[in-house]
Amino acid sequence: MTALQGLRLGPVGLRFRLRPLVVPLVALAITVLVVALNIRLGDFPMTVGDVLRVLFGGGDAAEQYIVFDLRLPRTLTGLLIGAAFGVSGAITQAISRNPLASPDVLGVTPGASAGAVGVIVLASTYGGAATIAAAIGLPVAALIGGLLSAALVYVLAWRRGVDGYRLVLVGIGVQAFMLNLTYWLLTIGDISQAGQALVWITGSLNGRSWSDLVPVAVALAVFLPLSLVGAHVLGALQFDDDTVRNLGVRVELSRFALILIAVILAAIATAAAGPVFFVALATPQIAQRLAGTARPPLVASAVIGALLVSVSDLIARTTFGIELPVGVVTAVLGAPYLMFLIIRKRREVRA
Amino acid sequence: MGALARRRRRRIVGLLVLVGLAAAAGLASIAIGSKPIGLDGVWHGLVAPTGTENDIIIRSLRVPRTELAVLAGIALGVAGSLIQGHTRNPLADPGLLGVTSGAAFAVVVGIFAFGMTSLYSYVWLAFLGAVVTTGLVFLLGSAGRGGPTPLTLALAGAAVSALMVGLISAMAVIDQQSLEAFRFWRVGAVAGRDPVVIGQVLPFLAVGLVLALANAPGLNALSLGEDVARSIGQHVTRTRLLGIVAITLLTGGAVAACGPIGFVGLVVPHVARFITGPDHRWLLPYSGLIGAVLLLVADIIGRVIAWPSELQVGIVLALIGAPVFVGIVRRKRMVRL
Repeated sequence: MTALQGLRLGPVGLRFRLRPLVVPLVALAITVLVVALNIRLGDFPMTVGDVLRVLFGGGDAAEQYIVFDLRLPRTLTGLLIGAAFGVSGAITQAISRNPLASPDVLGVTPGASAGAVGVIVLASTYGGAATIAAAIGLPVAALIGGLLSAALVYVLAWRRGVDGYRLVLVGIGVQAFMLNLTYWLLTIGDISQAGQALVWITGSLNGRSWSDLVPVAVALAVFLPLSLVGAHVLGALQFDDDTVRNLGVRVELSRFALILIAVILAAIATAAAGPVFFVALATPQIAQRLAGTARPPLVASAVIGALLVSVSDLIARTTFGIELPVGVVTAVLGAPYLMFLIIRKRREVRA
Repeated sequence: MGALARRRRRRIVGLLVLVGLAAAAGLASIAIGSKPIGLDGVWHGLVAPTGTENDIIIRSLRVPRTELAVLAGIALGVAGSLIQGHTRNPLADPGLLGVTSGAAFAVVVGIFAFGMTSLYSYVWLAFLGAVVTTGLVFLLGSAGRGGPTPLTLALAGAAVSALMVGLISAMAVIDQQSLEAFRFWRVGAVAGRDPVVIGQVLPFLAVGLVLALANAPGLNALSLGEDVARSIGQHVTRTRLLGIVAITLLTGGAVAACGPIGFVGLVVPHVARFITGPDHRWLLPYSGLIGAVLLLVADIIGRVIAWPSELQVGIVLALIGAPVFVGIVRRKRMVRL
């Protein structure tokens, strides 16, 4: 935050209002850089000039294939699911007033995992299920699992309205159910299926194409603006229900709409790349600490989620000789950074 | 005065009822299995064994797994109440401070890097991993002069756990042998463990239980808020430290012996709090006993439901316990932390 040093001469309030703006902009700039690197680097390294040439229609057929069919869709998918998980996590944490909440608690990612692992394991074990499983495919199975389980959480949490606390508790129950179902499914398949399933539930961008990218892009284009419109409601929902009603917010409707947005974003992102580990939980917390706001900021969460997944995929692809699932790296990278932020914040407060 | 005494008596009766339930479930756990044994057979095997087939089944299989279920149930139930009390977060389970993921991490490293395959080595590895990881979480969560707060502890725990799970996935993706061992260890079971394991973890569980009970009054004071607790003479950091040591010993012991059995530590405190309210001096014993009953019943169901084969207790707990838990949450207004 060195860029803000000079502003100390101005009114104090300015410094706090600028940070939420500067943080996403800086993160966005870094993200663009990482995306460029992501397209450039790999088994077939290209120069910036090469990439630009290919992007504007030049290059030979091999280069065209590498950029347009392999690296570009994969990179953009990573970018967009990161943003989707970031926003989804920010909404969930704001509504439940709980920094440990994420779309996992809304049932989305555990349900999607159970659906996908079920398809992977049952597909080759049982004949009848195999044809059905092959027909619906992994992303659709994940999407159905995620949405059904989220609907289950919401319906079960409904009792003359949905209370944030009860939603979280019901969510824990459904999550425990789905997770253990997944673990059990992992033990009944053979080892290669278990391996394939593990990669999926860790979150992987390997081989993602335009058809994976499009649903995420559409969902973000529709729901990110909508969630920004609802952002002031989100601020009000921080308070308990009675207070919110007094403020004149239509509690149930707004909360339902926001939860729905969080669920759809997370479900579609999960269908595209698996429940990329830790992004939805950590990103809002990182964004909130960097931006110095009272609750997880939506735009900053989106940008930092995109950044986290992009950087992680770059590392997962290029660093270890073999390719790791991106979810491994998001956790290994995001966790220490979140810890660093927690510690630094506390030092600052004491100083 | 009269009301207080009546409530006290009611709670003691409640505890006795739970002890009775646990004993009944324990007996059932010895009698029921892929080879059903009548109560006279159970009596014969427990009191005056003569080495018949039933006696061997009872003494070498059913009794150890029953003991293990009771111990793990008590440990996880009590640890769950402690962690939810300390973090004041209903999402908190004993694994929050990294105990479970640390244990799992150590086990997978043992398989991945050193080719360990015996369940004996798992026990010590898992326990070591649990203790080291919780220590790390506590250090991170209390960095700075303010000492540990619920929020920093919970976040540090979530972050460290995520790190461990990420590394576990990496190892399991790279090495099939690690995945093969890990996927079966992961579901959590009380069956098929050597009775020696019980002796190995018992001292840690016992110490953990004593520390937990000693922690109850301090935790009650802390739940009034740290400032109030300080003003009535509580040493906040020491109380938190005591609680975390207890949680680590209890959960670490249970995970080392049975693998990660989820859900007990998460759900039992909510059920117990519904009966006792937030007073930890009552909440902890209730949580322990409910945990034991729950684990015993789940283990029995696991033997019956897929007879003559078995479903691991960790799976049964989640698949049957979760709907029950949701039912409780829906029916009654939960007592908040």
